[in-house]
Amino acid sequence: MNKKEKGFNKNFQLETPLAPKRTRLQEFWRLFRQNRLAILGLFIFILFFCCAIVGLFMTSGPDPLLDPAMIRLQEKLRPPLAKPNLDSLRREEIPYLGFYLMGTDDLGRDVFARMLQGAWVSLTVGFVAVGISVLIGIFMGGIAGYFGQHHIRVDHVLVTLVLISGAALVTANFIRSGAALLCLTPAYIFYFIWSQNRSGKKTLPLWAKVFRKNAVSIDTLIMRIVDIMLCFPSFFLILTVVALLPASIYNIMIVIGLTSWMGATRFVRAEFLSLREQDFVAAVKTLGAGNFRIIFRHMMPNAMAPVLVSATIGIATAILTEAGLSFLGFGVPPPHATWGNILSDGKNFIFDAPWLTFIPGIAILIVVLSFNLFGEGLRDVLNPKLRERH
Amino acid sequence: MTNDNTLISVQDLKVYFRSGHECARAVDGISFEIRQEETVCLVGESGCGKTVSALSILGLIQTPPGEIAGGQIMFQGKNLLELDEEDMQKIRGNRIAMVFQEPLTSLNPVFTIEDQIGEAISIHKNIGSGELRDCCIKLLKDVGIPSPVQRLKDYPHQLSGGQRQRVMIAMALACDPDLIIADEPTTALDVTVQAQILQLLKSIQETRSMSILYITHDLGVVANIAHRVYVMYSGIVTEQGNAAQIFHHARHPYTQGLLASLPSRSKRGKRLFSIPGTVPNPAYKPAGCPFHPRCPHAIPICGKEYPKMCDYGQAHLARCPVLFKNSHNPDKPEPKSI
Amino acid sequence: MESKSKDKQMILRVQNLKKYFPIRRGFFQKIAGWVKAVDDVSFEIEQGKTLGLVGESGCGKTTVARLILKLLEPDNGKIIFRGIDIGELTEKEMKPLRKKIQIVFQDPFGSLNPRMTTGLSIEEGLRILGIKRGKKRKERLEKLLKMVGMSPESADRYPHEFSGGQRQRICIARALSVDPSLVVCDEPISALDVSIQAQIINLLKDLQDRLGLSYLFISHDLNVVSYLCSTISVMYKGQIMESAPAEELFENPRHPYTLSLISAIPDPAPGLRRKIEILEPDLSDSLITSKGCRFQGRCPMEEPRCLEEEISFEKVGEKHFVRCWKAAKK
Repeated sequence: MNKKEKGFNKNFQLETPLAPKRTRLQEFWRLFRQNRLAILGLFIFILFFCCAIVGLFMTSGPDPLLDPAMIRLQEKLRPPLAKPNLDSLRREEIPYLGFYLMGTDDLGRDVFARMLQGAWVSLTVGFVAVGISVLIGIFMGGIAGYFGQHHIRVDHVLVTLVLISGAALVTANFIRSGAALLCLTPAYIFYFIWSQNRSGKKTLPLWAKVFRKNAVSIDTLIMRIVDIMLCFPSFFLILTVVALLPASIYNIMIVIGLTSWMGATRFVRAEFLSLREQDFVAAVKTLGAGNFRIIFRHMMPNAMAPVLVSATIGIATAILTEAGLSFLGFGVPPPHATWGNILSDGKNFIFDAPWLTFIPGIAILIVVLSFNLFGEGLRDVLNPKLRERH
Repeated sequence: MTNDNTLISVQDLKVYFRSGHECARAVDGISFEIRQEETVCLVGESGCGKTVSALSILGLIQTPPGEIAGGQIMFQGKNLLELDEEDMQKIRGNRIAMVFQEPLTSLNPVFTIEDQIGEAISIHKNIGSGELRDCCIKLLKDVGIPSPVQRLKDYPHQLSGGQRQRVMIAMALACDPDLIIADEPTTALDVTVQAQILQLLKSIQETRSMSILYITHDLGVVANIAHRVYVMYSGIVTEQGNAAQIFHHARHPYTQGLLASLPSRSKRGKRLFSIPGTVPNPAYKPAGCPFHPRCPHAIPICGKEYPKMCDYGQAHLARCPVLFKNSHNPDKPEPKSI
Repeated sequence: MESKSKDKQMILRVQNLKKYFPIRRGFFQKIAGWVKAVDDVSFEIEQGKTLGLVGESGCGKTTVARLILKLLEPDNGKIIFRGIDIGELTEKEMKPLRKKIQIVFQDPFGSLNPRMTTGLSIEEGLRILGIKRGKKRKERLEKLLKMVGMSPESADRYPHEFSGGQRQRICIARALSVDPSLVVCDEPISALDVSIQAQIINLLKDLQDRLGLSYLFISHDLNVVSYLCSTISVMYKGQIMESAPAEELFENPRHPYTLSLISAIPDPAPGLRRKIEILEPDLSDSLITSKGCRFQGRCPMEEPRCLEEEISFEKVGEKHFVRCWKAAKK
């Protein structure tokens, strides 16, 4: 017995972690590496990224190395890898590489230069549009998931309606009546705060009770908006909006972003609903942390995994949408090249110069495929069911 | 060791799981046997390989990750590890049946109780539907479910946890197997219900004269039900013997430590004895005796040599040569059980 | 005056606590019934002592814990913590008191943020205490880790690198980071390995001795509760059936449910087996009961009166209460 007590001394040994030290990133990479297709996707994605950045520098500025807008009518529809006819060209018209890597189009413009310029457009459209949609999605999903059980009261709805109609009147040039309506809302808010301070927790008159009745829960409101947004065929929605707005690359990004946030919202809401019930969130709450900190410091990092996956696949969709819009002539205005309008220009010469359609087409295929593969790989790695528990 | 009435004997079974470069030796050479009409308990903590050994008896180890690296399982003259899938199916459910831990997930939620028990019978027996129904009612009656005729049309979610586990047992009994493997059948249940299920298993075993392999981590349950006990630690059997030997004369420091660390009313006010450290990760087992980093009796040789089984007589064996030597050394007093 | 001095001894007094959850059915989500998760629960915890709350799964133990921590709002009843009824406080008024009551959860896997190092998880509490980032916070962190028996270098590791018992130690360190006086332990050891359980029990006991903590220890395991707790309350379907000092409860159990619980303890001493009181199996929907005693249908000494009346919680001895009119009459 004596011997035992000595061995099992109270301060026998401090506990140390079991597993060898490995950061999350190392763990992630270890799992990700096993998925060959995802690695291929990542590789193409990096290649595409580099091309787009290098392309941006080579095709822009006052005197670009590769001028995508330079017209050489005498050199039109040359096949890929063709050598230029040096006699008929001026010095500055000679392609930088010494040959047309991807041929020329019907105006004799270098397709390689145009593809590089288009790559940057695709990249920015993809990232900015998805960035917008993810931000909206996180915000809406976070509110629906965390504050979802709170209710919007009848007076909230009324105040909003009054505000909207006031604003509508102001824009329709009924300035006085509009301003009166707009002033009504702050007046109501002040009255509300004042009456609350005065009466404390006393019972309210009947009309006030009706006003303060719960109308809908925040969760219902946001998720029904999502459902309504999903009812529209999004491509046609984008077409309509783009037809009304002046054609510019920024409008396209914003429109694509504003019509594709629903997926991210659903993901974030679902994650928040399950995270909210988790013990570690309850533990942080009992420590006394505020809502803001709980949402952004503790819950958000745990909710990001599915959003990241859907964002990666969303980039592919955004690139496709932009290409489709450009193909239909609603996209980025010419002469700026995008993969969509190169494809669109090339379709008239599909038998004479098939490379004009095939090169942008294959480029879109490869990039979209690589994003999808990468996204699938991410999903496999980030799936908590696959994560091992020690 | 092998008697005539041995029902199943597992010899030197090794089951490894590979992932990447790591190889987890979940079961690392265990041997045990179950005689007819006997309840044998495999006791151990999570990850000690008790469930894996049970699953490998039924040939339910998933291979790619898993791999049976050696040993044999002799059941009624056949080596189960050498049977093909078709022959194995004839044994599974028919001769050897299993009861799982989680009664809610092991019953299919979209079928009624009658469907599920009926299926368990009709896979192995060819009988008409009327007879099948009678069989189901009789089984439900046997496992102590009140008003079994009404219960037949119930779905699993309409029953309480204890009732579900009774249905699981009824399904296991469907073909009158020779051996029931019960993998922590009462862990998910409440204490009072646990007592009922244990009572049920005991009475079933007596009336039907079958053998039970009971897998648990709860020493209290073991004391209640077991004829013979195998204590497992980190993939090996550390001690084996009958219930009285294990509980009153434990010979392995792990068993001794476990028993001493159980809280109870009689230990109030005293400090609980606790085994320091944690259970080793099956992929990074220490060399020599797997228990030596946590053992109070460890001497340098424990970290080098794989310990032998030491025979204390009357089929009581413990895998600790150090304590064995001490107990046969007249200078030192025999280590008392705690 | 008398109640004032009583309040000082008692760190927590819970009186007639109620929490019903509505069951909604149909298109208009009409309330069809109530789940009486916690129904008229009263108990007291003495400063520096441990109260054990025992009951089967789904009997409302965890709801009680969540009510005390103000993670849920009670429908009725008082939760008096050091003389202040925290049931009525608003979120803002609760803030300074919040850190005085902490919790240790059952599942050591779900109760630590998987994306934060253990150091950051624990520091969250120190931040709330107002200790600025820097050397002082680091020292406090190391002290906390050592106090629960973890090496200081575990601070920059992630939860998935630890075993269940180690995570539970970290959870305890996090709970202690804000200097609480009451710790609610919601089945802290039932998810752990047998050889680890004793370590955690010892740790909880040492911390109680060193820091003068009070515990509300929730468990389904009477063995653990009988070892650790000074007073035990037995809960069944949302109500406390019997409450008594530990020795008294085991020597002199009154309620039939307590009797069956005690006799059902699996005892690791073969040969000394007592007869187990086998209860009728429970078929009813667990928490939706109509009238009368909650234990009806399983009780061996049931009488017509049990199905009719609400049974009151009666005193039968020094600190010994029972919710059974037959047992109280004896």
